[in-house]
Amino acid sequence: MNATTLLVRLIPEYGQFALILALLLALVQAGVPLAGAATSRPLWMAYARPMAAGQFAFVLVAFGCLTASFLFDDFSVAYVADNSNTRLPWYYKATAAWASHEGSMLLWSLILAGWGFAVSRLARGLPRVMLARVLGVMGLVGSGFLLFILLTSNPFERRLPAIPAEGADLNPLLQDVGLIVHPPLLYMGYVGFSVVFAFAIAALLEGRLDSAWTRWVRPWTHLAWAFLTLGIALGSWWAYYELGWGGWWFWDPVENASLLPWLAGTALIHSLAVTDKRGGFKSWTLLLAVATFSLSLLGTFLVRSGILGSVHAFATDPARGAFILALLGLTVGASLLLFALRAPRADFTGFDWLSRDALLLINNLLLVTMTVSVLLGTLYPLILEALGLGTVSVGAPYFNTVFVPLVALLCLFMGLGPLARWKRMPARELWRRLAGAGLLALALGAMLPLVYAGRWNLGVSLGLTLALWLMLSLARDLLGKLRRGATWRAGLSRLTPGYWGMWLAHLGLAVTIVGVTVVSNYSVERNVRLALGERVAVAGYGFTLEALDERHGANYVADRATLAVARDGRRLYTLHPEKRRYTARARPMTEVALRPGLLRDLYVALGEPLGRDAWSLRIQYKPMVRWLWLGALMMALGAALAVLDRRYRQDRHQRRHGVPAPGREDVRS
Amino acid sequence: MNRRLVLLIPLGLFAALAVLFWSSLATAPDGRDSARLGEAFPAFELPALADPARSLDRSLLTGRVTLVNVWASWCAACRVEMPQLAALAARGVRLVGVNYKDGRAAANAFLGEFGDPFEATIHDPSGKLGFELGVYGAPETFLVDAQGVIRYHHVGALDTEEALQVILARVKQWRSQP
Amino acid sequence: MSRPLVGALALCLTLLATASPAAVEVRAFDDPALGERYVALAEELRCPQCPNQTIADSDAPIAGDMRERVAALLRDGRSDAEIRDFLVARFGEYVRYDPRPAPRTWPLWGVPAALVAIGALVLAMLVRRRARRVVPLSATERERLAELVSRDEPGATRDRLEVRR
Repeated sequence: MNATTLLVRLIPEYGQFALILALLLALVQAGVPLAGAATSRPLWMAYARPMAAGQFAFVLVAFGCLTASFLFDDFSVAYVADNSNTRLPWYYKATAAWASHEGSMLLWSLILAGWGFAVSRLARGLPRVMLARVLGVMGLVGSGFLLFILLTSNPFERRLPAIPAEGADLNPLLQDVGLIVHPPLLYMGYVGFSVVFAFAIAALLEGRLDSAWTRWVRPWTHLAWAFLTLGIALGSWWAYYELGWGGWWFWDPVENASLLPWLAGTALIHSLAVTDKRGGFKSWTLLLAVATFSLSLLGTFLVRSGILGSVHAFATDPARGAFILALLGLTVGASLLLFALRAPRADFTGFDWLSRDALLLINNLLLVTMTVSVLLGTLYPLILEALGLGTVSVGAPYFNTVFVPLVALLCLFMGLGPLARWKRMPARELWRRLAGAGLLALALGAMLPLVYAGRWNLGVSLGLTLALWLMLSLARDLLGKLRRGATWRAGLSRLTPGYWGMWLAHLGLAVTIVGVTVVSNYSVERNVRLALGERVAVAGYGFTLEALDERHGANYVADRATLAVARDGRRLYTLHPEKRRYTARARPMTEVALRPGLLRDLYVALGEPLGRDAWSLRIQYKPMVRWLWLGALMMALGAALAVLDRRYRQDRHQRRHGVPAPGREDVRS
Repeated sequence: MNRRLVLLIPLGLFAALAVLFWSSLATAPDGRDSARLGEAFPAFELPALADPARSLDRSLLTGRVTLVNVWASWCAACRVEMPQLAALAARGVRLVGVNYKDGRAAANAFLGEFGDPFEATIHDPSGKLGFELGVYGAPETFLVDAQGVIRYHHVGALDTEEALQVILARVKQWRSQP
Repeated sequence: MSRPLVGALALCLTLLATASPAAVEVRAFDDPALGERYVALAEELRCPQCPNQTIADSDAPIAGDMRERVAALLRDGRSDAEIRDFLVARFGEYVRYDPRPAPRTWPLWGVPAALVAIGALVLAMLVRRRARRVVPLSATERERLAELVSRDEPGATRDRLEVRR
């Protein structure tokens, strides 16, 4: 064995070693600065930043080692042997690192350390004590997860001495671009809320929450929320085209686990606005900040402990579940105890029924109700079982029943929110500004189903009315703001990125609601048997089966159909749905053929062969399904845009020039 | 209400959740109870595995406490539990098999290889009886009392000493009932 | 039970790790209304074998059997409720993704409703607290204020005449 091969063979050991060093640095990052902050020792507090950088560097090295083990096909590493194969394309080898439990926990830790590093670089203006506490708390969380990886889920564990000659291959469902982008973005969101959490704990420890604090926290919250929104939307989109059912949301516990911090985070964003602008809701904001990250942790626990899995799926390691539960209990329990002891005194700021304060409070109450409903529905089977009350399943029908009225209420008030003034808004003025938008939304909402489908439909009318109400009130608000300047150009120049972010995100929700409404009510699905040369019509499109052949991929063989799609006698597209058999795994996979469009998707999945030259096919027509994800994209962009608001950089400006920034008038206040 | 007490509500709720999770972790799910518990074994008329000409029905399961085991030759876990079933038969438990969604030849070969602890095996190639029993995979095991009423249900292989002891205790319990 | 399933459950945070691909069956009903009811039923019944899938989505053998039975019962002219009960009698309440309303499931709907009610109450309390703080002026105070205001701002309107105590 020459020196180079030896070096390559030892990569998992470097990774393991780097992980242990990262844990040690994380422990120092947690202990020393927190103790320093408690005892006012500047030198101790100064440990925070270099340790955060060091922890990130070593987790990065460990992650690089795992990726390298995949690229070098080192099947002596159990995790690589279980999730890779020599014939797997290189880009899946590189991303298979997070395809299963151990590696995805490492990715989680990497992103956590990354956020910590980002805080340490970007938060230079933060008071020293605050920075020490924030990074200390992040170090604590980080060491918990690193310990979890090293003790129960080590991705570098070797399978010795019987090294498999070939790996078991990556789960075919995961061999997709979705695997490359979805988990990193989702984790960026989940873990991003740890920053806000750490800030909240620091504020509780310090016993102070001032406007500087909210200005520090808001951009981090927006950023984490933007990532989480993108991650969830990507997951939905991935499931849509990969599973072959054409569904985009299943109310599966795994999905609910990601929705929980999203809902709480949305409430947090709005509560932070009140705390920032009016100094109100302080305790509530802190509680939401703690709750959002706690729900991220809770989701991790639910998914990884396997307690929500069904009967035949016992084999998850109980030690892992117990460890995460202990981690969850310590983190969340200690934070909530701290909250109970140190939450700031009720800071009552008066407001009227019709005021932005009241509307934001309503928003928070509804979002919290939604969060509790999702949590309750997800856990209810466990609760009944623990109480000995038998089995029950809670699924889509329940969640839809609860969510539709709550979302309707939310939208109703959401249309008023941006136009309402803080503290008090005369009803007459609000009516004058919004009556037109409301009546127009009602009229259009009632009419559109008739125009679109020729038949009235209550659900569609409700959904479209709400979406239109949001859109029109946003338009009315923008118009009003523009008119306030001497010229529209002057009005435009007064609008801040914060305002545009809000505007875009709210519009995004309206767009998503349109998508949900239309695709849920007007989708067409046909399961058909087609023989060569046969034609079937679905939603006005003709599908003709033109050819059947076999195609050889890198690690699979596929049966492929060729379908011609025509409309009004004109040939439009050619579609190629496939049924793949991956060499290393027995289970066949459906590869959907999709023709996406802004107004409709055509969706064809290959089923089973039915005799000679005939197959069963699932053909679907999905109107406006893209709007779902388009809206989510707008929400994420809106949140990202709000991060750029100059208000959040005033402190830095002040430090540099010794005076407050001349900041434009904030049109929202 | 005291304000600090209000602030303790989140902690209390979380503590309740943590207890729930702990108990759920501690009691690993071992299969749901059959919806047929306490009901008469469903009526059926199916051929015997050993002899297609012989028709079996519910009368096979009355008169004595019987352990009904749903198995198939394609099911790996069924292989694992065959020695345990043999042990039960050796200890005087009456066993009846339901060969579930299986071919006759493959099933007989399976019994030839792993031994046949069953007094009789019902051949259920379409899974019709399995459906009536609420079986959703193999193996599953039902304890039927002398009146033909289902009294106990186990999902998955009977591959632990513990599961075996539970079965034996139940058999004894239902034998002593008039 | 099946090994691939166990492997998949060792799992990451995506739905895809546990899901199985769709089953595609060609099933024709003479009456399109039956077809619609079939789809609706298949989408609210849970496959007893797989983690978290409806029988419409699952390719597990038992899900196929259940779909077939649902279709047969529909053609037989049974009602949706009868079909649900038929499957529940065999596979338990577990197969209902739409839990049956009963005392043990009331909290599912009761808790959200209660939260909305409590929220409305909290909001009302907060707003009333403000209303109580805003006290109208007495006649003499009003006169005095009007005098003060008119001194520097003649256009002052009446509805401003309230002060915080």
